[in-house]
Amino acid sequence: MIVRIMGEGQLRVDDSAASELNELDAKLEATVERNDEAAFGSALANLLARVRTLGSPVELEALDSSELILPAEGSTIAEVRQLLTGDGLLPG
Amino acid sequence: MSVMKRVSMMFRAKANKALDRMEDPRETLDYSYQTQLELLQKVRRGVADVATSRKRVELQINQLQQSSDKLDRQARDALAVGREDLARDALTRKAGVQSQLNDLNVQYTSLQGEEEKLTGASQRLQAKVDAFRTKKETIKATYTAAEAQTRINEAFTGISEEMGDVGLAIQRAEDKTEQMKARASAIDELMASGALDDMVGGPRDDIQAELDRMGAGSGVEAELERLKNELGQGSGAPRQIEGAAADGAANGPVTDGHPTQASPADQPQAGDGA
Repeated sequence: MIVRIMGEGQLRVDDSAASELNELDAKLEATVERNDEAAFGSALANLLARVRTLGSPVELEALDSSELILPAEGSTIAEVRQLLTGDGLLPG
Repeated sequence: MSVMKRVSMMFRAKANKALDRMEDPRETLDYSYQTQLELLQKVRRGVADVATSRKRVELQINQLQQSSDKLDRQARDALAVGREDLARDALTRKAGVQSQLNDLNVQYTSLQGEEEKLTGASQRLQAKVDAFRTKKETIKATYTAAEAQTRINEAFTGISEEMGDVGLAIQRAEDKTEQMKARASAIDELMASGALDDMVGGPRDDIQAELDRMGAGSGVEAELERLKNELGQGSGAPRQIEGAAADGAANGPVTDGHPTQASPADQPQAGDGA
């Protein structure tokens, strides 16, 4: 599957990694619900680090859309919330 | 639901909405390509903007570093002639300059990071736009409007994801650059007001004025000594100011000294000199 890390590009990750990534993602989700900024930062960093380790870069000229999209490293909870409400935040 | 799934759904929804608006799928291709080129231009301008901001901060860092060095020299000179009060004043200002410097260095690193990110984004988008152009021509040449639909949707969704990502990166960079510009202006104002001991603010530089006034007599003596040496009449004695400087340095750090004790007794030269 193709995973995009925003601000970095797309990575191809083996499908077998899905459950591990889902677990890390669930932890991330929990920090958003608790509004725990510090925990959010490290949970996001963990998830991104794992994707970077497991994934290999997708060719730049590929036009495939990503199955999963991850917020950029250093994003805040507020930024992610905005991303999810889609209040005209996504340009284009 | 999972964060990463929700984010990708948002991207997809956005692309689908745009696709729904298009009547002729093949027109979509040309229209989208136009938008891509515009975004590409915007990213390139973004890279240039961030670079300009970074250079401005770099310039300010250099200026402030010079101020800091100068204040440091002044503190030494002041101590050398026994003016601990002046030295303390110079070091206090130096601390102020230094804290601005630290702040600027953080900004500089942040702008550098932003510049790298945008440069990368620009390269990725360029590659995808090129690929899209090729694909667009192929689709137009090979398929009827109806057949083309699926392929167009795929290509469009793929590139619009990239565009959404890049668009956000630019917004972020623009916000940051705006903040930096505001702070850079504030620092320029501070420098102009002399509060940060602007290098060019000669007339406002009271520490240097005081030192010059005190140093004037010694300077003439030193010059006289130099001339005498040149003419072979020299006494060979070391220049007074250097002797004084060495004494001053040996007195150790100023910071834990006593501000007032040195002043009145050591000042007569200063008063007479001017």
